[in-house]
Amino acid sequence: MSASNAVPVSARPAAPRPDLELIGSLVYEGASVLDLGCGDGTLMELLQATRGCRATGIEISEERVYAGIARGLSVHHGDLDAGLSDYPDRGYDYVILSQTLQAVRRPRALLREMLRVGRLGIVSVPNFGHWRVRWQLLHSGRMPKTRELPYEWYDTPNIHLATVRNFEDLCRVEGIEISRAVYLSGGRTIRFMPNLRADLALFVVRKAGLLAGHS
Amino acid sequence: MIRNSAPGSAGLVSTKYATIYEPPEALPLDSGEELSPVTLAYETYGELNHDRSNAILVCHALSGDAHAAGISADTGGMSAADVGFGAKSEGQVDRRQLGWWDNMIGPGKAFDTDRYFVVSSNIIGGCKGSTGPSSINPHTGRPYGLGFPVVTIGDMVRSQKRLLERLGVERLLSVSGGSMGGMQALQWAVAYPEAVRSCIPIATTARLSAQGIAFDEVMRQAIMADPYWNRGDYYDREQQPTVGLSIARMVGHITYLSDESMRNKFGRRLRDREKYGYHFQTDFEVESYLKHQGNSFIQRFDANSYLYITKAIDYFDLANGHGALANALSGVKARFLIISFSSDWLYPSYQSKEMARALRRLGVDVSDCEIPTSYGHDAFLLEEEAQTQMIAGFLAHNLARVRAENGAVAQ
Repeated sequence: MSASNAVPVSARPAAPRPDLELIGSLVYEGASVLDLGCGDGTLMELLQATRGCRATGIEISEERVYAGIARGLSVHHGDLDAGLSDYPDRGYDYVILSQTLQAVRRPRALLREMLRVGRLGIVSVPNFGHWRVRWQLLHSGRMPKTRELPYEWYDTPNIHLATVRNFEDLCRVEGIEISRAVYLSGGRTIRFMPNLRADLALFVVRKAGLLAGHS
Repeated sequence: MIRNSAPGSAGLVSTKYATIYEPPEALPLDSGEELSPVTLAYETYGELNHDRSNAILVCHALSGDAHAAGISADTGGMSAADVGFGAKSEGQVDRRQLGWWDNMIGPGKAFDTDRYFVVSSNIIGGCKGSTGPSSINPHTGRPYGLGFPVVTIGDMVRSQKRLLERLGVERLLSVSGGSMGGMQALQWAVAYPEAVRSCIPIATTARLSAQGIAFDEVMRQAIMADPYWNRGDYYDREQQPTVGLSIARMVGHITYLSDESMRNKFGRRLRDREKYGYHFQTDFEVESYLKHQGNSFIQRFDANSYLYITKAIDYFDLANGHGALANALSGVKARFLIISFSSDWLYPSYQSKEMARALRRLGVDVSDCEIPTSYGHDAFLLEEEAQTQMIAGFLAHNLARVRAENGAVAQ
C-alpha cells in the first residue's frame, strides 16, 4: 500500500475554527462557492445550511474527501499545487482559502488563480507577526508554536508563513484589492495594531479595478 | 426501523428472467441490426417505495452476472464470485453462492437494501441467462455463434431501460458499476438524462485506452486460435475452445492485479516444491494461480460471449458521434460520484479525472476520489470500506434531495 503510506497533511488545525462562522457571515445568500482545501467539508456544510450556498471543494487528503462526500458534499480529490485549470474563469462568486494559503507550494500563483476563478476571494491566514510568535522566537531562539501554528518546524504543513503586512504587500504587488479585513485574537475581533495582536487575519479580496458586482 | 448494526446479507435470492422483446418487436442495435427475442437475467434486492424514488441499477463487469448480492438459491451454477475476488466467505455459506458485489449490497451496506430497491441486470451478448451468442437463433433453430450481431454498451443499456420500465421504474435514484459496469452507468446518464438522478462510475473510463484494446485483442486472438473454436460454431460439439478461453482469462487476470499486489500475493514463491523443476510444468505460485483462474473460468463462461463483450468494451467511447467528450456529456442531469484506484493500470485514474474535469467544466455536480490501494483494477470489488463510506452518504443525500423535490411538487 505504498500510496497510502504518504498521509497528506491538511493545513487546517483540528481545533475550533473561529474564522468559519465569520466567513459564513461574509458570504452572501445563495452564492456559489469554491472552497480550496475544504477538509472534511465543515465550512461547505455551514455555508449550504445557513446561507443557501452552492458549494464545492477541493481536498488532497483522501480520508477527508471520503468524509466530505459522505456528507453529501461535492468534493474534488485534488492537489491545489496542480493549479485550478479544471475551473473556468469567473465560475464562482467566492473562492475561499481558509487557512490553506500558507500550506501550498506557490501561494502567489494560487492567489492569482483564485481571482481568475472567483469574482471575490476570502483568504484567512495565521498571522506570523503576532506578538507571541515574535516573543517566542526572540526569547527562546526556536521556531514558535502557537494555537494557530501548533506544529514542530520539521513536520509542519505550513511552509509559507506570513504576517498581516506581508499579505498586504503581496496584494499590492499583485494588484489585488483588499475590500475588507477582519482581525481575530482568541476568536474575538480586534482593530488596533492587528499585525501585533491578531493571531488570525481574514481578507476579502478582488482584482483591483474590476467591478466585482458585490462588495 | 430497527436494524442490525452489523451489515447483513441480502438473503436467499433467485435470478429472474424477463423477455423484453418478442417478434415482431425487436431491439434496435447501434450496428443497424436488430435483435429479437431478447431476454435479460436480473435480480432485485429490497423494496421499491411507493413514490418509486429509491431504485438503483447495478451493472456488472466483463465476466459478471445478475447475481450481485445475497446467497444464490439456484443450484448448479457457479457465480461470478467464485473466481472473481468479490465476496468474502460469510459463516457457513459457500462462497460460490455469494453475489459478486455481496460486500457492497445488502442491509446496512453501501447499497443498503433496507433503504433502496436495487436491480442488478445482466447484459445481452453474455452467457448468464440473457440473450447472447449461445442462445438459439430463431431463424436457424441452432445457437447463434458468430451469427449473433455485434452489440455495444449502448445496446446493453437500451435493453436494460426496457427491463426497468417493465419493473415499474421510470427514474433511477442512481446507477452504478465498476469497470464495464461503470461504462454502462455512464452510458445510462448520457442516453437517458431524465431517468438518472445520480451516477457512480467506478474504476472505469469514458473510452477504453489503446492499452485496454490491445489486451482485449490478445484475449480474443487466444480464443480464435483455438482449433476447437471453429469460427464460433462449437456448441453441439464435444470439444470446446477451453484452452483459448482459459488463456484469455489468464491474460485478463494479470490486468486486474498490480505489480505490488502480485508481489504481495505471490512474490517468487514456488508451488509445492523447494527448488526449480527445470521443466515447463508449474514452478511458481503465480503460474498456478493464473492456471486455476483460467480452468475454473471455462466451467462458467462461453468463449463467444467473451469475444462479443470485449468488443463492446473496445467500441465504448462516449464521445463517439459527439465530436468531443464535453458535447456528449452536455445533456447529463445526474449528480456524479466518480471513484478510481491508484494502482489500477487497466482503467487508470487519469481517465476518471479527465471525466470529472469535463463534467465540472459543464457545471455538473461532481465528486471524484482516487482511493489509494495496491489491489489494481480489482480494487472496486475489494476496497469496500472507503467506497461504502462515500457511496452510502452520497445515496442518502440524493434520496433526501429527491424526497424534498417530490414533496415540493406535491404541495
